Amino acid sequence: MSTVTSEFETKGSAESPPVLRIAPTRGWVSLQLREVWQYRELLFFLTWRDVKVRYKQTAIGGAWAILQPFLTMVVFSLFFGKLAKIPSDGIPYPIFSYAALVPWTFFANGLSQSSNSLVGSANLIKKVYFPRLVVPISSVLSGVVDFALAFLVLLGMMLYYGIVPTWNVVFLPLLLLLSLVTSLGVGLWLSAMNVHFRDVRYIIPFLTQFWMFATPIAYSSRLLSEPWRTLYGINPMVGVVDGFRWALLGSQNAPGPMLWVSTGAALFLLVSGAYYFRRMEKTFADTV
Amino acid sequence: MSDIAVRVEGLGKQFVLRGKQEKYRTLRDTITHAAGAPVRLVRGLFSRNGSRPEPENTFWALKDISFEVKRGEVVGIIGRNGAGKSTLLKILSRITEPTEGYAEIYGRVGSLLEVGTGFHPELSGRENIFLNGAILGMRRREIERQFDEIVAFAEVEKFIDMPVKHYSSGMYLRLAFAVAAHLEPEILIVDEVLAVGDAAFQKKCMGKMQDVAGQGRTVLFVSHNMAAIQTLCSRGLLLESGHLLQDVPSHEAVQTYLRRGVTEEVAPSFDKREGDGSIRFMDVEIVSSEGETLTQLLSGQDIVIRMEYKADRDRCPSHVNASLWVNSLVGERFFVCCVDVVRDSFRNIPPEGILTCHVPRLPLPPGSYTLSVWCQANGRVADKVENALQFEVIPGNFYATGRLPNRKNSSVLIDYSWEITGRESSLPRRQ
Repeated sequence: MSTVTSEFETKGSAESPPVLRIAPTRGWVSLQLREVWQYRELLFFLTWRDVKVRYKQTAIGGAWAILQPFLTMVVFSLFFGKLAKIPSDGIPYPIFSYAALVPWTFFANGLSQSSNSLVGSANLIKKVYFPRLVVPISSVLSGVVDFALAFLVLLGMMLYYGIVPTWNVVFLPLLLLLSLVTSLGVGLWLSAMNVHFRDVRYIIPFLTQFWMFATPIAYSSRLLSEPWRTLYGINPMVGVVDGFRWALLGSQNAPGPMLWVSTGAALFLLVSGAYYFRRMEKTFADTV
Repeated sequence: MSDIAVRVEGLGKQFVLRGKQEKYRTLRDTITHAAGAPVRLVRGLFSRNGSRPEPENTFWALKDISFEVKRGEVVGIIGRNGAGKSTLLKILSRITEPTEGYAEIYGRVGSLLEVGTGFHPELSGRENIFLNGAILGMRRREIERQFDEIVAFAEVEKFIDMPVKHYSSGMYLRLAFAVAAHLEPEILIVDEVLAVGDAAFQKKCMGKMQDVAGQGRTVLFVSHNMAAIQTLCSRGLLLESGHLLQDVPSHEAVQTYLRRGVTEEVAPSFDKREGDGSIRFMDVEIVSSEGETLTQLLSGQDIVIRMEYKADRDRCPSHVNASLWVNSLVGERFFVCCVDVVRDSFRNIPPEGILTCHVPRLPLPPGSYTLSVWCQANGRVADKVENALQFEVIPGNFYATGRLPNRKNSSVLIDYSWEITGRESSLPRRQ
């Protein structure tokens, strides 16, 4: 302990200590992203905790990450693929829907977990200071592990169907980032609202259900003609899903300009969500 | 470079009282209110103050707080529940924002408003150390460097890889405090963390706090434990209903706090009593050996405690025993005076009378005390009045030198003498 004290002393005399001013803030406030970066270790530990704890005390653990999209795929293949015979861009229906369900599940879980994250961390928020943005970010990030597991199954299915990915596969990380940005953007809005209006918790299941049918998971976006298809990209998950099929399965249905619309929409969600979150942040500790 | 660590200027925090709903009287009011709901909802989504508060629905948890803390000072913050202590610490730890005024903090702050914040029951002790450390703002390298020390301090070496949900509550607390105790900020903010755990653990915590205070760090410390405040802190801030009442040396702040507590909480009274009532104390007073009533006593003064009583004739109390005892305002007992240790019990007492107890050379240092009385008739408790009287002792000539030991170091005065004798030969004695 004594060595550390002297460390502080020398530090103190060499440079004046940082000054922190605590005062009421008014209106819209800056995002303070630099501070979030300073707290990256906390971000890492919270993400790691979520991953570590998620499947504790479950019988089959991480298998849930695979079962969730896989079983949905089986149901979709039966009803939409076999019975309704929905066209799937010339790709076998099971892998056509599974390639969409993998990023979709990542998005939907990230959305619902980040929306509940602030309320779930009420204890932390009331007792310790850190940039609150860390909380929803870490809950979205922790979904990446589940995504990776489900993605391995996707690779297995591609092997089974003998599908060779195209060179476009290099864009896959960017597409994952796009769904992460969308998920976080919505999550920031909803988590901040959830602090004041617990109604949000009941809205989330409906929201994800509606959003799922508004995204070409069970069907192909080719059902729409231009320019409507490009406009469809306002739902950023349309860009993500079509992008996944295009990059991995070599679907002829390249997203093209639609992807730019999706990116724009996702960034709008993220930036507006972050500012809204920061605006409401000062009320969290008193209200949650 | 200034030597100020914390500066607080005109700090205030206003809260909106929730739960006060407007009432709709007529159906029309209800409908117009419902029609306005979407507008209010959208406004509510962006409003940072909830619905615009009516003045009567708000209150100030803190108001006009200004003070400065110098580097290396250990400051205690005391006050009753709801006085604003925790709100002040929360503002200084940036958990909540002030409504007005500002605070400036020079240096790295660590705050401990709770031990074990963020502990997850499913994770092992090892994992929780890293998680909790990160939450408290420690760097990973810092935690790694101190890991062994933390584990040793918590005495959980054998269980470090076991999920903490299997820990006993004592182990859990020790581990939680151990992480917190190894936080090494320049300015430490601590809220009542010592109020947990068993006596041995509290002692350990106090020791650690003393170390921290001794290392020249700036500490702001909230506690209800007045002894801890007096031992650890040099200065005391006394808060009352959100206002800063006193900013003085800690023992003075503690005295004021206790005195103000006295008038409102533990006023002496004869209303609460126990016993079968065969004898009742009517009045208790302290007089000098000359018989004059005393309002303040001197250390070392000869005093007489007079207890007026009435006995129930029908129950003819024949064997009567009595005692009285003196406590501090926080309830530590200093001494007991019992009849049956100095003489036989009283026989066939008069139905009304006065019991007197002589105390030569009052062995109490200056301070505030309470007096309680008790008596027993025929082997059964007849009457017991706790806190029957409060009295003040001021410095007196106990040792006939006009000097007294520091109140902090001695809670009673005893008779003693010192001598010095020289050795006949300076060589070590050999057999």
